[in-house]
Amino acid sequence: MDTTQNTPTAPLVEMKDISISFGGVHAVDKASCELYPGEVVGLLGHNGAGKSTLIKILSGAYTRDSGTIFIDGKEATITNPRHAKEFGIETIYQTLALADNVDAAANLYLGREILTRWGTLDDSAMEAETRKVMNRLNPNFTRFKDPVKQLSGGQRQSVAIARAIHFNARILIMDEPTAALGPAETEQVGQLIHQLKADGIGIFLISHDIHDVFDLADRVVVMKNGAVVGSAKTGDVTKDEVLGMIILGKCPPGATPGPGASTEDH
Amino acid sequence: MSEQQQDFKESALVRFLRATEVDTRLLGMIGALLLIWIGFHLYGHFVNGYGAFLTPRNLWNLSVQTSSIAVMATGMVLVIVTRHIDLSVGSLLGFTAMIMGVVQVWILPEFLGLGHPMIWVITAMVGITCGALIGAFQGALIAYLNIPAFIVTLGGLLIWRGASYLLARGETIAPVDQTFSLIGGGPYGTIGATGSWIFGALVCVAIIALLISGRKQRLKFGFPTRPMWAELLIGGIGTGIVIGSVMVMNAYPWPKGIIKRYAAANNMEVADVGVVSHGFAIPILIAIAVGIAMTFLATRTRFGRYVFAIGGNPEAAELAGINTKKMTMLIFALMGALTGIAAVIASARLKSATLALGQFDELYVIAAAVIGGTSFAGGIGTIYGAILGALVMQSLQSGMVLIGFDAAIQQMVVGCVLVIAVFLDNLYRRKSV
Repeated sequence: MDTTQNTPTAPLVEMKDISISFGGVHAVDKASCELYPGEVVGLLGHNGAGKSTLIKILSGAYTRDSGTIFIDGKEATITNPRHAKEFGIETIYQTLALADNVDAAANLYLGREILTRWGTLDDSAMEAETRKVMNRLNPNFTRFKDPVKQLSGGQRQSVAIARAIHFNARILIMDEPTAALGPAETEQVGQLIHQLKADGIGIFLISHDIHDVFDLADRVVVMKNGAVVGSAKTGDVTKDEVLGMIILGKCPPGATPGPGASTEDH
Repeated sequence: MSEQQQDFKESALVRFLRATEVDTRLLGMIGALLLIWIGFHLYGHFVNGYGAFLTPRNLWNLSVQTSSIAVMATGMVLVIVTRHIDLSVGSLLGFTAMIMGVVQVWILPEFLGLGHPMIWVITAMVGITCGALIGAFQGALIAYLNIPAFIVTLGGLLIWRGASYLLARGETIAPVDQTFSLIGGGPYGTIGATGSWIFGALVCVAIIALLISGRKQRLKFGFPTRPMWAELLIGGIGTGIVIGSVMVMNAYPWPKGIIKRYAAANNMEVADVGVVSHGFAIPILIAIAVGIAMTFLATRTRFGRYVFAIGGNPEAAELAGINTKKMTMLIFALMGALTGIAAVIASARLKSATLALGQFDELYVIAAAVIGGTSFAGGIGTIYGAILGALVMQSLQSGMVLIGFDAAIQQMVVGCVLVIAVFLDNLYRRKSV
């Protein structure tokens, strides 16, 4: 499992000098980071540090002002969510981004519906597939006919996760994946991440809480005020040092500093 | 509430509804409709000495009067489901009717000769296309320039009414083409007794085929099915309603004057013509066809799925890769095309294109969709609901005319019903979720 990250393969994703501003505010300023196959990268920072914005650029929700994205070493044009999906980038948003008024199957296949040979929706086939996926992910899930609005937070989360992993994602972005979950469900998500990692999928794990991701991530990238403070392998730094990066922007010796690192101590 | 109480509350009715999978809202609407019908009939019977509502003649007229609003209401459902509104449909109906009037009365006879059999086809195509293009244009302003639908279509309401005045210099264009006018109904614009029976039989076969294929599909994937008695009951009620409406439509014979004219035109004796049934009028057949097509579009196609997904959560739909801007434009184009179809029906029925045609229709169309359970919060609405809503609105209107309420009171009643309907709908929704 760990061999993939040690061998010098080309990064799955490389984001270079990404910038975007909203009305004069530099939400993301020359941020760079990369992700290797089978690697879990924790993207950390306070609320408003720019991590969600950076990741929304990768998932096509926002279009960057400048900078380049390389997928498999090749420059990629991503200006809308459809492009991102074509590159195998799937995202589980913090808000889950579910259409609340339709059922689990409709959400799972939203934008990628199974059609009959007459070009109409094949609801039965979609429901049957959804039942299979959900049985694997969350065996307690039984409410296939209800609009997802009526489901619990955990059930909604599993629908969002199922949607992201069902279509052979190569790059998975999880924005605060466990924020709405109880301990048991959080544990489930942890197991799922291990399993996906073993399959060679690269995962961005975004959180403002270091405890959520430190044990799951191979590497952490910390952002502050829209810029990258630095990145480090989780084995080379302590939780406290990472906290220092998040709060003070101070880069410890075990980390590679980025443009956002505070220079006072250097 | 304890579980025991809940079991106790699960009465026979609830179990019945679950077995048949019938939408309770649908039942409520049919109940309201029956209440209106019987209420007006009894009021007429006891107060005026003659119950005129539940007569074949009135029900036939009701079906014709409902058609144009019903056709537009099916499109308005999709517009409102995606959290937009279209205030321009009444003016657009007037404008497209005026274009069609100009085309078939002023232009085409010059080239094809008066009464040419292609005139009505070309005219209708021109009308529907113009409607679709104008709808698409308004939709593009809403989607790509981010102007709120309320504003764009409010502008449209003024612009298209003004445009139809300019187009015909305020004149009424009449008479429309003979064949074209059949689309509006009237004694000749019907399919007669035999035609109605054939149509009814086809619909019955379709209902049964749908039930059978639905059941097969569920069995194939091992999903729970309805109990057999529920399937039979639904099939029985469905076919019963169809057969019943065929009988009612056929029970309305041609009036004596029409028979005399028909006999004279065909060199026949009045006695030889005998009793001629109206049967289904062409406009109601068009409305039924539109209703079926729109239901198919809304529930069985990608387009429909996207409409509801956008209504439920526009941002999620965009993130799922749906081109929401293009969808918005297409939805308004569809609304425009349906307005074109409604304009064909309305101007054919009037046998002319007048300046006031379609005035206030936008309000009746929106009211029909809302009474039919379409929610302004987005994401919720059904085509059949909107058609039933149109029928409820029209029943109220013609019922009040029949029992002799004056126009002022009619308006007030319709207004009250609209507000009460939305209130009841809110109550229903709060309970069900």
